Amino acid sequence: MASRRDFLKRALAGSAAVAGAATCTDASARGNAQISPDAVGLLFDSTLCIGCKACVAACKDANGLPLDYATPIEAAWDVPVDTTAKTFNVIKAYVDGTGRNKDQVQDGYAFMKSSCLHCVDPSCVSACPVSAMTKDPVTGIVGYDPDACIGCRYCVAACPFGIPKYDYDSPTGKIGKCELCRHRLPEGKYAACAEVCPTGATLFGKVSELKAEAKRRLALTPGAETTWPRGNLTTGDQPSWNGPAPAYVQHIYGEKEVGGTQMLKLAAVPFEKLGHKPLPERSFSSQSETLQHTLYGGLVLPLTVLGVMTWVAKRNVKHDDEDADVGRVSTRQAAAEGDGRLKPTLRGERAQREGDKHE
Amino acid sequence: MVSSSNDHPGVVATARPVEKRLEMSRRSFMQFCATLATTLGLPKGAEAAVQQAMEAAKRPSVIWLHFQECTGCTESMLRAEHPTLEKLILDVISLDYHETLFAAAGHQVEAARNAAMSANKGKYLLVVEGAIPTRDGGVYCKVGNKTAIELTRECAEHAAAVIAIGSCASWGGMPSTDPNPTGAVGVNKIIDKPVVTIPGCPPNPYNFLATVVHFLTFGSLPPVDHLNRPLFAYSRLVHENCERRAHFDAGRFALQFGDDGHRKGYCLYKLGCKGPETYANCPTVLFGDAGAGTWPVGCGHPCIGCTEEGVGFTKPIHMLAKVKNVEPPAMYPGLHESQGQGATLGSAAVLAGVAGAAAGAGAVLARNLGKQHAEAEANTDKSEV
Amino acid sequence: MSNHAHAAPAPVGGRLLSPVTFVLGVLILAALAILAVRFIYGLGAVTNLNDGYPWGIWVVADVVIGSAFACGGFSVAMLVYIFNKGEYHPLVRPALLASLFGYTLAGVGVLFDLGRWWNFWHILAPGYASPNSVMFEVAACISLYIIVMWIEFSPTFFEKWGMKDAKRKVNKAMFFFIALGTVLPMMHQSSLGSLLVVFGTQIHPLWQSIVLPLIFLISAITMGYAVVLFESCLAAAGYRRTIEMHLLTPLSRIMLGMLGVFLAVRFGDLVFRGALGYAFEGSLQAAMFWLETACFVAPFVLLRSEAARRNPARLFVAGGLLMLGGVLLRINAFLVGYDTGEGWSYFPSVPEMLVTFGMFAIEILAYIVITRRFPVLPREDAAHGAAH
Repeated sequence: MASRRDFLKRALAGSAAVAGAATCTDASARGNAQISPDAVGLLFDSTLCIGCKACVAACKDANGLPLDYATPIEAAWDVPVDTTAKTFNVIKAYVDGTGRNKDQVQDGYAFMKSSCLHCVDPSCVSACPVSAMTKDPVTGIVGYDPDACIGCRYCVAACPFGIPKYDYDSPTGKIGKCELCRHRLPEGKYAACAEVCPTGATLFGKVSELKAEAKRRLALTPGAETTWPRGNLTTGDQPSWNGPAPAYVQHIYGEKEVGGTQMLKLAAVPFEKLGHKPLPERSFSSQSETLQHTLYGGLVLPLTVLGVMTWVAKRNVKHDDEDADVGRVSTRQAAAEGDGRLKPTLRGERAQREGDKHE
Repeated sequence: MVSSSNDHPGVVATARPVEKRLEMSRRSFMQFCATLATTLGLPKGAEAAVQQAMEAAKRPSVIWLHFQECTGCTESMLRAEHPTLEKLILDVISLDYHETLFAAAGHQVEAARNAAMSANKGKYLLVVEGAIPTRDGGVYCKVGNKTAIELTRECAEHAAAVIAIGSCASWGGMPSTDPNPTGAVGVNKIIDKPVVTIPGCPPNPYNFLATVVHFLTFGSLPPVDHLNRPLFAYSRLVHENCERRAHFDAGRFALQFGDDGHRKGYCLYKLGCKGPETYANCPTVLFGDAGAGTWPVGCGHPCIGCTEEGVGFTKPIHMLAKVKNVEPPAMYPGLHESQGQGATLGSAAVLAGVAGAAAGAGAVLARNLGKQHAEAEANTDKSEV
Repeated sequence: MSNHAHAAPAPVGGRLLSPVTFVLGVLILAALAILAVRFIYGLGAVTNLNDGYPWGIWVVADVVIGSAFACGGFSVAMLVYIFNKGEYHPLVRPALLASLFGYTLAGVGVLFDLGRWWNFWHILAPGYASPNSVMFEVAACISLYIIVMWIEFSPTFFEKWGMKDAKRKVNKAMFFFIALGTVLPMMHQSSLGSLLVVFGTQIHPLWQSIVLPLIFLISAITMGYAVVLFESCLAAAGYRRTIEMHLLTPLSRIMLGMLGVFLAVRFGDLVFRGALGYAFEGSLQAAMFWLETACFVAPFVLLRSEAARRNPARLFVAGGLLMLGGVLLRINAFLVGYDTGEGWSYFPSVPEMLVTFGMFAIEILAYIVITRRFPVLPREDAAHGAAH
């Protein structure tokens, strides 16, 4: 029989294995994913946004989405309060006090586009167990395949920006999120929101070029006249316009957040006030995958533990057999079981009687 | 052509002299009064007050000065249709001085102006059309050897009210555009009296007319905004009532003159339409009484913002407008809207009930177990003893 | 206590229909009716799930907590076969039974919650399955473990139906399934914690940690022992049997030992990350943290002396509180400590709760039916003999 010492020894060994597995994170650590050189994305400039919601309407049109409303009273209009499974793009407003002055923190207002940021290292793709969320290796667009999806909504929960949304009102509900109009790219078109934006507040283009444009804007002197491109920055398909530069917050949101996003944002009001919490530079998916691959990389650790367990169990089960505990049927046990099987009803009745006696 | 004002006593005994004067039927006259009352945004029944005022009030004497301008305002006035405005100007009011419409010239008209001003001291209306040059002592605009500054001050001194018609008189307009060589300014920079401004290039004749009729009817000028523009005409952005607004909201824009979107009547915002930052009632009142679509945007040209100081004649036509009507944003979702269903009385009660029942059952069970244990312990003790 | 010649398991017998089973049946029917509505009209028709809280009690209670409750089989099997504590053998079968149903229902419960359930096989299908996903790991291990557990439990059925041959064959390979049956739950119980790592800063610092897998694993093992204590007392009271105090008293010591390890890891991690300060803020999260911690510490107070550990009432309450602590840890980590952005709220709807209650009702009903008809619990008279 196992002594107390044996038990302690094994307990120690077992917990050491588990603890070791959990703590040695260097074995298959991976850093943030790197962006594709041909990645496309959007540059949203809150200071240029006039709140016309043309992008919201164009998005619905391009993706064939139905009207969406928060309450039955507003059923006549498309007035979603947030992105939903039926609304991939929403213009939200920051309002303070009288809300009369654009891009001011006090007594001001500012607009913010809420849509998928197309992370360079997306949590939703890492979370998805069935590869329904995918990251295009070339364009970097985070796409969704409803035919693969099992509807577990891990992506909904995992996204740090709260972007993928599920349709709870349908028995066959799908996830809905911006896919950067990837169905329009083969037609030579680009994101509908950028195409219709009248001021170039939403600009489509290669991420490298968008980043350069964002940096150019941050370097502008407030009030200085400058040129604002519209539509597709890379192809320059729409005429630009001239206007004064605003006083930007010196931060490109999405440059570094959770390993970078392919949608970059500029604003004149601190991003925290625009619903964008500060996020670490290390992507959450790289942390999760490092942990998983450390524990399960090549199944080395589980198979080792299984091997040890099998060896120990084999020894102990045999040992049990000798003791007529379980496992191989020993004579003693067979007799005992035979007895048990012979009179199950009798035993049951007796138990019943005993129970009655107690009452 | 100048009507003689002194032989009109105001109240005329003969039946319906107004209709006679205006050469219109009673029905048309009533329609006219109703139109003006509506333009002014007056409540139901006000057309009767307008009609009474028009019939009964003495025609006010009007002095109309012209300075740095193109006479577009007057031309526009002459093309009003309900009724033909020249009749109204000549017959509803007593236009005692108007350089464009004068038959006479020279000292004769200056004498008429002085006569009217002294006869109606403190009662006449002063209308100013055109900007007033101030540089070099105002030498860039003189009438009858008097500078525009002198004339304005002289006429305004005993005027019952001063109306600046057109953008030039309102704030300087086109002549004041950078570099503004003549130092052109609006009437309000020259005199201390409050000036009602009817900006526009040209302004809508009905806005002017309604202002005058308001004065006739109520004896005062209509309420104005911070730029002294009558609120009934200038409290809404062109953008708010624009017939192309739906295209703006849907993101359908003309990108170039003559392109597909332009032909389809899409929104002109991307072409530089200043409707979103220009306060005027152009989309609702329209121009020239020729029916629907007779205003710049209706004809396919972006609004240039002529009623708005700092926009019209200042901002290039192609430059994008600053959209003003979004403040404060009411129809935009906030950054953190409350969503989802929290605990209701029912759901909380069910959970609390089940938790309570479980805890209760657990407590009863634990007590029984404790009792049994105590008994067992006692028995063991006994047997050991 | 040193007598290891255990009584062979035997059916308890007795009537199946009783007020308890009747109530359980009604709860199950109600849950089935609600599930019918859910499958016809969608999740939103019966649940309060929303995009701020896409995972509600169906995931957290039915799957995460349900499977943690079902760790009794794994914990006891590990004790008996890996740490060679043969004396606990009589506890294996009942614990395994509870586990079997716990896990099977957790697996079925997942299907209720899956929005596109007809695709569920994708999770294990090559071409779809994504090994980067923690969810994949959980799904693979739970599916495999359910099969392994049915095999582990199969001798009970073979005994009942007299299939000696089959039983012998299975028993020959049993050591491997037992080993597999300890490794698989270790993998997915830890991964249920790893699920939250990718949520990043959306999880409150009191719960978000890279050692979450370890915390969830140890707490699951501890809960496994607590469930055995709790369930043994409950079964004894329900069937008016003698409580196996000679097994439960030492088991409670092992439980306290594991609990000590758990608290050391839990607080060591909080201190190491510098997150303990959040526990002293005036927030709901801090309050829930202390409630959770109180439930974990309470067993130490209740079972501080050997005399106390011999008292079944104390074992029962301590086991119950520890289970509650484990429940709170999971609810806190998945729901209370989860914040996807301001403005979102969630509280389970009544139908949603009824389905969860129905799931637990199925579990209890199955336990009653099987223990009354199949040889699971140790034979009563033998147990008596061992106790005296």
